[in-house]
Amino acid sequence: MYAYIARRLLATLPVMAVVGIAVFLLLHLTPGDPAVVIAGDYARPEDIEKIRENLGLNEPLHVQFFSWVGALLSGDLGTSIFSNLPVAKLIGQRLEPTLALAIATIIFAILVAVPMGVIAAWKAGTLTDRVIMVFAVLGFSVPVFVIGYAMMWLFSITLGWFPVQGYKPIGDGFWPFLRSITLPTVALGIIYVALIARITRASMLEVLTEDYMRTARAKGLDNNALLIRHALRNASVPIVTIIGIGIALLIGGVVVTESVFNIPGLGRLTIDAVLRRDYPIIQGVILIFSGAYVIVNLAIDLSYTVLDPRIRY
Amino acid sequence: MADLSQAAVFPGELEDEGPRPGAWTRFREYARRHPTVIVGGGILILMALSAVAAPLIAPDPLRLNPINRLKPPSEAFWFGADFLGRDVYARTIYGGQISLMVGLAVAVISTAIGLSVGLVAGYVRWVDAVVMRVMDGLMAIPGVLLAIALISLAGASIVNVIIAISIPEIPRVVRLVRAVVLTVREQPYVEAAVSVGTRLPKILLKHILPNTLAPLIVQATYVCASAVVIEAILSFLGAGTPPEIPSWGNIMAEGRTYFQFAPWMIFFPGIFLAVTVLAVNILGDGLRDSLDPRIARRM
Repeated sequence: MYAYIARRLLATLPVMAVVGIAVFLLLHLTPGDPAVVIAGDYARPEDIEKIRENLGLNEPLHVQFFSWVGALLSGDLGTSIFSNLPVAKLIGQRLEPTLALAIATIIFAILVAVPMGVIAAWKAGTLTDRVIMVFAVLGFSVPVFVIGYAMMWLFSITLGWFPVQGYKPIGDGFWPFLRSITLPTVALGIIYVALIARITRASMLEVLTEDYMRTARAKGLDNNALLIRHALRNASVPIVTIIGIGIALLIGGVVVTESVFNIPGLGRLTIDAVLRRDYPIIQGVILIFSGAYVIVNLAIDLSYTVLDPRIRY
Repeated sequence: MADLSQAAVFPGELEDEGPRPGAWTRFREYARRHPTVIVGGGILILMALSAVAAPLIAPDPLRLNPINRLKPPSEAFWFGADFLGRDVYARTIYGGQISLMVGLAVAVISTAIGLSVGLVAGYVRWVDAVVMRVMDGLMAIPGVLLAIALISLAGASIVNVIIAISIPEIPRVVRLVRAVVLTVREQPYVEAAVSVGTRLPKILLKHILPNTLAPLIVQATYVCASAVVIEAILSFLGAGTPPEIPSWGNIMAEGRTYFQFAPWMIFFPGIFLAVTVLAVNILGDGLRDSLDPRIARRM
C-alpha cells in the first residue's frame, strides 16, 4: 500500500508540471506581444516597457520559465500589474469566502445527493425513482446563474428571507454568515447534487444485484443496515470518484456564483483581473485552483484503499 | 404490392420478421422506445428553426427606443424591453443563433481533434504515455478559467470563444476514444488484420474508428451542452462574445444591474438557455440508451 501511495504521489508531479507549463505558455502562445495585449489599447510605450520588465519578458523563454517556476516554488506568484501587490497576498485576502462557499457546497451536495441516489436505486422503476432522476437531469441542465437569479428573485426579493447579495464572514457571527451563504450554496450545489445522485443510483443498482446482498437479506437484516452498511459501502468508490471529478465543475461554478451573489472571493478577483488584463493574477488563480483539484483527487485516490480493502495496487 | 416484391427477393427475411415495416412505423416504434431522443431532438430543431428564422419572426434586436426603457412584458414586448428600450424577445431569439453555433462548432472541433489524438494515443504505446500526461494536466485546469484566460489574452470574438471552449473539452474526448481503442485493439479481428500486414492508418480508420463512433456521438452531445453553458458563462462574466452581439449570456449580463425591478432581462434568456441545455442533455441520454443498451441498463 505504501508503494501505491508513493507511486500516486509521484504521479501528481507530471500533472502539476503540465499545468505549470500550460499556464506559463498561455501568455506566450497567444498571438501578439503579451506586454502590448496586457497594457491594453490606450497604453503608452513606457507602460508597455514597464510590463515587459515586470514580467521579465525581455529574457529568453527558457530563462523566463525557470525563474518563474523557481519563484513559484518559493511561494511567489508574481506581482499584480494593476495594484503592484503580491498576487499571493491578493489571493490570500480573497480565499475565505471562496473556501467557505466551496466547502458548504460540497457538504450540502453530499448530504442531499447520496440519500437521493440511494432511495432512487432502492425504489428503482417507481414514481419516486422517476421524480429523482428527472430532477437529476434538470439540475444538470439549468446553469448555475439561472438557478441563482431564480432563487434570489423568489427567496430574497419576493419573500425577503435572505439578503439579496453580499457575503458576511464567519467572524461576524455564524447566523449572518449562514444567511448570506445559503442561496449561493444551494444554487451552486444543484448541478453537483444532480451529478452525485445519478452516479450513486447507478452504483447502488449494480451492488444491489450482487449475491451477498441476497444473503444479507436472507439473514434478516433490516433495510437500513442492508442499504447503508452493505450496499452503500460497496458502492462508495464510484461515488467518491465523481465527487472528486466534480470539483472541476464546482470551481467553474464558484466564479459565476460569486458574480451573481456579489461575493468578494477568488472568482471576483479573477473577473476583475480579466477586465484589467492583470495577467499575473489570472495565472495565480488558475494555478491555485488546479492545485486544489489535483490535491483533492489525490486524497480521493488514496481513500480508495480505506473505503474498499479489496483494492490492492 | 411493394412489400410482396421485396419478399420475393429476400424470402428468408419474410419468414423471420414478416414484411419490412414502413419508415413511419419504424419511426413510431423508435419514438416509443426512446422518447427522450425525439423530445430532445424536437426541442433542438424548434430552437434551431427559430434561430435561423429570427429575421422573419422577431423585430430588430438592436433598435433602440428609450421611451420603452425597461417596459415589462406586454403584447408589444413579449419578453419586456431592456435598459435601452430594445426588445428582449427579439434579442433572445437572435441569441439562439450564437449559442447553437458555438455549441455545434465546439462539439465538432473538439470531437474531431480528440478523436484523432485518442486513436493514435490508444494504439501507439509511446505516444500514449506522453499524450495522456499532457491530457491529465489539461484536465486539472478548470475549463471555465482556462477559457477566461484565453479570451482575456486573445480578445473577445466568436471565433476565439469557440477555440477557448474547445481546448478544455478535448482531453475528455481523447480519454473516451483512448479507452475504447484500448479494448478494441485486443480483439481477434484486429490481431488478424495486423498479422496479414495491414498498415497502421488502415487499422485505425477501418477496424478501430467505427467502434468509437457510438460513444463519440453521445459524448459530442454532452460537449455541445457544456459548450452552450460555458459560452453563456463567459459572456455573462464579460469575457466572451463581444458585448454588442445579443447572446444569451450578454443579455443576462446587461440585466444584472436592473434585476431587482426588471427581472425579465435575465429570466427569458435564462429559460431559453436552460431549455436548450436540457434538450441537448436528454437527447444525449436517449442516444446513449439507444446506441449502447449495455450502458443503458447500468445508468
